[in-house]
Amino acid sequence: MNIVIDLPTVFAFVIAFAVFLYIVMDGFDLGLGMLFPFFPEKKDRDVMMNSVAPVWDGNETWLVLGGGALYAAFPLAYAILMPAIYTPIIAMLIGLVFRGIAFEFRWRSRRERNQWDVSFAAGSLIAALAQGIALGAILQGVTVTGRAYGGGWWDWLTPFSILTGLSVVAGYMLLGVTWLIMKTNGDLRERAYMLAWPLLVATLVAILAVSLATPFLDAEYARRWFAWPNIVLTAPVPVAVAGITFLLLRSIAKRQDYYPFPLTLVLFATSFGGLGVSIFPYIVPRSVTIWDAASPHDSLLFMIVGVAILVPIILAYTAWNYWVFRGKIDADSGYH
Amino acid sequence: MFEGFDAVVLARIQFAFTMSFHIVFPAFSIGLASYLAVLEALWLWTGREVFINLFNYWLKIFAIAFGMGVVSGIVMSYQFGTNWAVFSDKTGPVLGPLMAYEVLTAFFLEAGFLGVMLFGLKRVGPKLHFLATMMVATGTLISAFWILSANSWMQTPAGYAMNAAGQFIAADWFKLIFNPSFPYRLVHMVLAAYLTTAFVVGAVGAWHLLSDNAREGSRVMFSMAMWMAALVAPIQIFAGDQHGLNTLEYQPAKVMAMEGHFKSHPNGAPLILFGFPSMKDAEVKYSIEIPKASSLILKHDLNAPLAGLDTVPRENWPPVPIVFWSFRVMVGIGFAMLGIGALSLLMRWRGKLYDSPLLHRLAVLMGPAGFVAVLAGWITTETGRQPFTVYGLMRTAESASPLAAPAVATSLIAFIIVYFIVFTAGVIYMLRLMAEPPHHGEEGPRGDVPTHAGGIAPGIGMAASSGKG
Repeated sequence: MNIVIDLPTVFAFVIAFAVFLYIVMDGFDLGLGMLFPFFPEKKDRDVMMNSVAPVWDGNETWLVLGGGALYAAFPLAYAILMPAIYTPIIAMLIGLVFRGIAFEFRWRSRRERNQWDVSFAAGSLIAALAQGIALGAILQGVTVTGRAYGGGWWDWLTPFSILTGLSVVAGYMLLGVTWLIMKTNGDLRERAYMLAWPLLVATLVAILAVSLATPFLDAEYARRWFAWPNIVLTAPVPVAVAGITFLLLRSIAKRQDYYPFPLTLVLFATSFGGLGVSIFPYIVPRSVTIWDAASPHDSLLFMIVGVAILVPIILAYTAWNYWVFRGKIDADSGYH
Repeated sequence: MFEGFDAVVLARIQFAFTMSFHIVFPAFSIGLASYLAVLEALWLWTGREVFINLFNYWLKIFAIAFGMGVVSGIVMSYQFGTNWAVFSDKTGPVLGPLMAYEVLTAFFLEAGFLGVMLFGLKRVGPKLHFLATMMVATGTLISAFWILSANSWMQTPAGYAMNAAGQFIAADWFKLIFNPSFPYRLVHMVLAAYLTTAFVVGAVGAWHLLSDNAREGSRVMFSMAMWMAALVAPIQIFAGDQHGLNTLEYQPAKVMAMEGHFKSHPNGAPLILFGFPSMKDAEVKYSIEIPKASSLILKHDLNAPLAGLDTVPRENWPPVPIVFWSFRVMVGIGFAMLGIGALSLLMRWRGKLYDSPLLHRLAVLMGPAGFVAVLAGWITTETGRQPFTVYGLMRTAESASPLAAPAVATSLIAFIIVYFIVFTAGVIYMLRLMAEPPHHGEEGPRGDVPTHAGGIAPGIGMAASSGKG
């Protein structure tokens, strides 16, 4: 038996996996932050923040893995993309700073109306918007000269990247609100249900708009989605989105607390798969493939051993952490 | 604010600024995580309440320091790509895997167990909780291992080859990871983190002893910190000396800058205590020197010849004044720490450890000294590596991203504003916590708010229904 494993492909999936876990896990944290303006009362915000306080740091680590693995496995892509999306990346980092420090600072401030609530909400919004804009900027393609980025420092700003930015904001808020439905009780949960409707509609509109706009960015995207035989594979994607939407609507209508969040995860996974169809095997769309950008075989081999052993262990103790803090958070217990 | 600077200089300022802010938090949290593990172990072992009070007291401060380390660390992990894209392209195949391993073996470990460490004592019980604390402490040390390996490789590259695209590739992973300066740097940095933390803990203990020397919590933390100072400061000075000898072997120009040796000394080099190094005139002005002492320290021989910067092409000189001064600041603080440690031993021997306002005042004064020493040490080693990013192989000027200067200047200004807001607040909150003495029944980071799931009891029947995390 001689199975040839193409390591660049493996690493493309490893990074996609890390990015996906980041999107859904930090997605609900960031979504929760962006929901703060809709829940002005301190006791509600306490519950919201405590529902993610024990897990947010682990969630954010997937972003570090995504960036680190890109640097390690596809250094050329890292070197081209980071300057290309310079401004959104810096904005994201600053947003994440304001969001991250709020977790501890909030409880240390003596003021009743807490400035760190603003920091938490605004930081989450900036980070989410910047991530969406970065995604759009990559999708629409960047100028490459030799082994470097060759464009200007405002190239990322287009109507399409603004659209993807807003889409990610809507999607993260939907994740955040369905997380709240799952983790809370009473009045807080009821208001989360009310917000779930418009956010689901907004997310669906966003998915539809990005899906319609993408083929117009480049003929290659259109060919991948609509030409025979690809359409056999791509046609089920919108069908799946429709099916998940139906289940989501039903679970929200029936007040099934534990269904909307996992269903939203599936919705994200489907959309993420759709992005994969558009991009693969490019890592800098339409100019650099994963094979052009890949580190030498030796570096990939050295890392794949660690990935294969450590990622399952990481997933296990991450799951344990979620398990320890499982269940609904009761706003009334704990005050003494 | 930054008109007229070129993009490379701005990128260097940005890296230096974001790094300097970042480094103080890991330096503190490496030491504090280990201290917390020791406190919890002592609590489990002896059952004495003072240890769990101290644990919860320092856990609140740890939560803030760790949070600031995390947010400023994420910025660092993207600095390479945003501002140093060419460096990233060339070094990705060798340094990328080390950083990927840091994420996989350290960051996830810390993050995965941090929640339980901060909020989970009553949910999982003392034993599992201690395991979580140990995992976080271990994670901080593993993180130091990988990042210092990567940094050391940039200082003393080994085990590499070059490919056709001009990238560094691995020839021997073992030699690459355990490159010549790595063991020295790792020991020196971890000890620095421990000393830094010991002096913070000691200062807080001393501060509270000054107002009331009967409190058990203040006494225990002060005593523990002074043991650390007395035992670790001399070890650190020895480790630093060994690290210096290693630098002399692999990066002689850095040592020449540290020593201020512009000229070669064939018959024993003087130790320049103070003076004003001038790059232009290639001499140290108004220097106070001890004849032949530098040769004694570096070569263990009064008359051993030592080469000076006159043997190094000028374009390869590091900025001598910065390296010269930062080195003296670090060494000066190291000896001051040694002095505090010795004084504490004397007072302890006399039975006056808790009754010596002089020692307590000095300890308070020395509270932030570790941070200053860590920064000075990093400035010495990083500035001393210039003008290279990969020592002798890749110049800093050839490492930067193809960015317009306004882009880098804008992001630099943004980081400066954000960091000053955020870190000022963080330091104020930490000082506020430190200003209160540890007391009976000390609570962890969320003593007053619910973290508990009502209704669903955790597997282990601890006092979970109280809901206190």
